[in-house]
Amino acid sequence: MILSLLTYPDPLLKQISQPVENFDDELRNFLSHLEETMRAGPGGVGIAAPQVGRFQRIAIIDVSGGKKVTKHHGRLMLINPEITDWEGFEIAREGCMSVPDYTGNVIRATHIKLTAQNERGELQQFEMEGYEARAVQHELDHLDGLLFLDRLVSRRHDLFQRKTYQQKK
Amino acid sequence: MKNWFMLALVGQDRVGIVGQITNALYRGGCNLGEASMLRLGTNFTMMMMVNTQLDESALISLIKPAADQLGLHLHLDQIEGELHPHPEPDVKIVVHGADRAGIVAQVTGELATAGLNILDLETGVGGSNEKPFYFMHIEGSATLGMETLQRALEKLKETLQGNIEINLSPLETFDL
Repeated sequence: MILSLLTYPDPLLKQISQPVENFDDELRNFLSHLEETMRAGPGGVGIAAPQVGRFQRIAIIDVSGGKKVTKHHGRLMLINPEITDWEGFEIAREGCMSVPDYTGNVIRATHIKLTAQNERGELQQFEMEGYEARAVQHELDHLDGLLFLDRLVSRRHDLFQRKTYQQKK
Repeated sequence: MKNWFMLALVGQDRVGIVGQITNALYRGGCNLGEASMLRLGTNFTMMMMVNTQLDESALISLIKPAADQLGLHLHLDQIEGELHPHPEPDVKIVVHGADRAGIVAQVTGELATAGLNILDLETGVGGSNEKPFYFMHIEGSATLGMETLQRALEKLKETLQGNIEINLSPLETFDL
C-alpha cells in the first residue's frame, strides 16, 4: 500500500518524532508500506516515517540503485537512529518528496557514523560516506522536524567577497 | 488575479528599497512570485514577477511614487505567469582569470553553440586596481549533452591558451 505523503507547507512536517518502543508485527507491516511508498517516489532512495504522518523515529534508506554509488549498505531499516560522528562537508543540491518542485544546496557531512536498531530491535552500527551519508542526514532531519529548506545555503554566494572593492583615491 | 508582470527597478542603493517597494505592491493588492534582488556595484537591482488585478498603467501609478522617492528607474512588461516546474541545472561552469573585455562573450558564445542553456549566471570583479581579476559562475542545462559541452570547453581552453581558467562540473540533484 502506498501511503499518502505530507507535503510542505503542512505544519505537521515540523513535528518532532518519538522513539519506537515496540518492535512488533504492526511495526514491520508499517515498514513494508513505508518502503513501498519510498520506492514509488521520484528518487526512491529514502523516506522517513513523519513524511507519511507517523511521528516515530523511523527511516528507510537504499541508495544501491544509484549511478556512481560505490559504497553503500543496501536497504536499511533505521529505527531510533543516531548519528554519532561527522566528518568532512560538501555542498550538493537536494530535492525532497515532501517539497515538490523545489531543490536547493545543502551542506552535509561526507562521512558519518550511525547507530540504529533494525526492524527486530537489534542495535547496529554503520560507517557511511557520500550519497548514502547524505541520504541518511536528510531523512534523519525529518525526525527532528527539519526540511532541507531549513538548511539552505545561498545558491549565489558559494563564493564570498571578503571586503568591499574600493577605488583608490 | 488575472495579470502577471515582470517589474524591474534599478537605482542607487540605500536602506529601505525592498521594504518600501514591496509594501506599496502589497497595499495595492499585488502578490509576488519569483524575484531576484541584488546589489550590482553601488546600484540595487530588483526584478520580480507580480500578480495583480491591475492593468499596466494602474500598476505603474501604484509603484511610481515610491520608485520616484527612492530614485529608482522602473521597467514593466506583461508576461505569462503561473506555477511551473523549475528546470534543474545539470552543469556548473566556473571561469576566472585576469580581467579583460570579452571573457563572458567568448565563453558563453562557444558554450551556447554547444547547447548550454544558462539558468543562473553571476560575475564579479575583484583584486586591485592594477591587477583586477574576473570570475563568473554559471549554472545551466546541457541541452545537447555533457560530452558536447565538454568538447566545446576543451576547444575554448585551447583558444584561451591558459589565460583564463574554466572548469565544468556536473551538478547532480539528490532526490531524497
